[in-house]
Amino acid sequence: MKRLVRNTIGTVGVLAVCELVGRSGLVNPNQLPPPSVIGARLVEMFNDYEFSVDVVETISSWAISMVIATLIAVPLGILFGSVPAVGKVTSAIVEFLRPIPSVAMIPLALIAFGDSVDAKIALAVFGAVWPILFNTVHAIGDIDPVQINTAKAFNLTRRQMLTQVKLPAIAPFVLTGVRISASIALILVVSTEVLAGSAGGLGSFITETGTGGAQMDLAIAGTFVAGVIGFAINLIFEWAQRRWVNWSDGDRAR
Amino acid sequence: MTVTERKEKKVTPDTRARRGRAIGFLGKWAVFAGFIAAWQVATTLAEAPYFPTPSTIGETMVDLWLSGPASQLWLSDAVFDDVVPSLLRLLGGWAAAGVVGVVLGLMMGRSEKLYDYFSPTISFLRSVPPPALLPVFLVLFPIGTPMQLATIIFGVIWPVLLNTIDGAHTLDETVVETTRSMRLSKPRFLATVVLPAALPKIFAGLRVSLSLALILMVISELVGSTNGIGYQMIMAQRDFSLPKMWAGIVLLGILGYVLNVLLLVIQNRVIGWHTRSKSLTGR
Repeated sequence: MKRLVRNTIGTVGVLAVCELVGRSGLVNPNQLPPPSVIGARLVEMFNDYEFSVDVVETISSWAISMVIATLIAVPLGILFGSVPAVGKVTSAIVEFLRPIPSVAMIPLALIAFGDSVDAKIALAVFGAVWPILFNTVHAIGDIDPVQINTAKAFNLTRRQMLTQVKLPAIAPFVLTGVRISASIALILVVSTEVLAGSAGGLGSFITETGTGGAQMDLAIAGTFVAGVIGFAINLIFEWAQRRWVNWSDGDRAR
Repeated sequence: MTVTERKEKKVTPDTRARRGRAIGFLGKWAVFAGFIAAWQVATTLAEAPYFPTPSTIGETMVDLWLSGPASQLWLSDAVFDDVVPSLLRLLGGWAAAGVVGVVLGLMMGRSEKLYDYFSPTISFLRSVPPPALLPVFLVLFPIGTPMQLATIIFGVIWPVLLNTIDGAHTLDETVVETTRSMRLSKPRFLATVVLPAALPKIFAGLRVSLSLALILMVISELVGSTNGIGYQMIMAQRDFSLPKMWAGIVLLGILGYVLNVLLLVIQNRVIGWHTRSKSLTGR
């Protein structure tokens, strides 16, 4: 209760300071409008059809890339983790490929794909695959051998071994990987949108309104919405971890 | 004592571990060389326009960055015009975010009040995907280094801040009580007791921040810059010069790899005691 009160006081205080700074004339109110103006814009924007389309585009691109990345990375991770020779070779290659910042691929992807919506999904998939893959490989290697041997003693089939022993054992670590990937994928989707106006979505909205500084209130409101999306994604994954895999501390595998 | 036992004895665990590491190290590079060779063959056969061969990329890289006069150690002017400014922004932004993040984190980790007041704001701000701020920062800050530094600092401060808070918060109560009895002043307490204890967590945050800083350096140069590696890549894109774009990608990969290795070396020197004590107690 005390905590909640302090949370509220602190947040209101931060907003009040921003409001004061915005209205005091210390900053150009056209460039950095006070929160009250941005709040009013937010209400207007959500009644605007096109803005809602932008938001949906960004969220759906993110969701599609996360599904694709998970479907690629988890089976591959199980394969690499289960066959030591394959695992060693790929982990060596991955170690050299992983430091490449995925945003460095944006200029290339934009001309290689032609269509910028394909480009942003491909880039987000590329960026999101690594953490899930890495966590899955580590998790497979980390399964207690006693568990595997016990299952073998019960004559479990390969399929049962996978669905009843291995998958539940790696789930917490995989979910941690997915959580890390979720924010990376969002960064890549928004980055591509900011860079290529034709990619649509929230990023393009922010670029269009922010360019030249004529509609900074809209641009900052758009950034705020991007923050809300990021925040919601974090909350959902934290909740999912608590809800489904609370028996294990999945963060260990990072 | 049997023969095998005596043989075992000569190979101490230490040398064996070292030998194992050396084999692992060579093995990794051998695999990687094989991968490059396979890529060379595949790209030569496929002749895909978007995938130049590794040898073409390598030649372009030498051309771009290693074709200077001997007086500049063979580094070309492009290194000083683009690569060095990029690196300075990256390291400058990361270091500034590191210092601010650690100082604020130590304070907030030790004061529950402070943490309660600001935690909602922090958890919202760290959720904002940093590239979404680029158009806003482009207006608020002059194009070039100021705008890029702002982007990098804003984007990479959160992992350091949150990890420092976590590290400072989970301090051993006995240590706190002991130092209280010594009547250390608050700043001295933070600097000499809390900071060392939080270092392992801080380094973990700094590593995450470093790779994030590389990402933000590139993206901010793609959007608003007049020089830098990212700027060169966007120029290459406009010319449809694929080898140059790939050269940039490879250079950034090398930078990411080298920076991470350097940080690990520093980490081992600074908090090697921590990992060692952990392995001794078997935790």
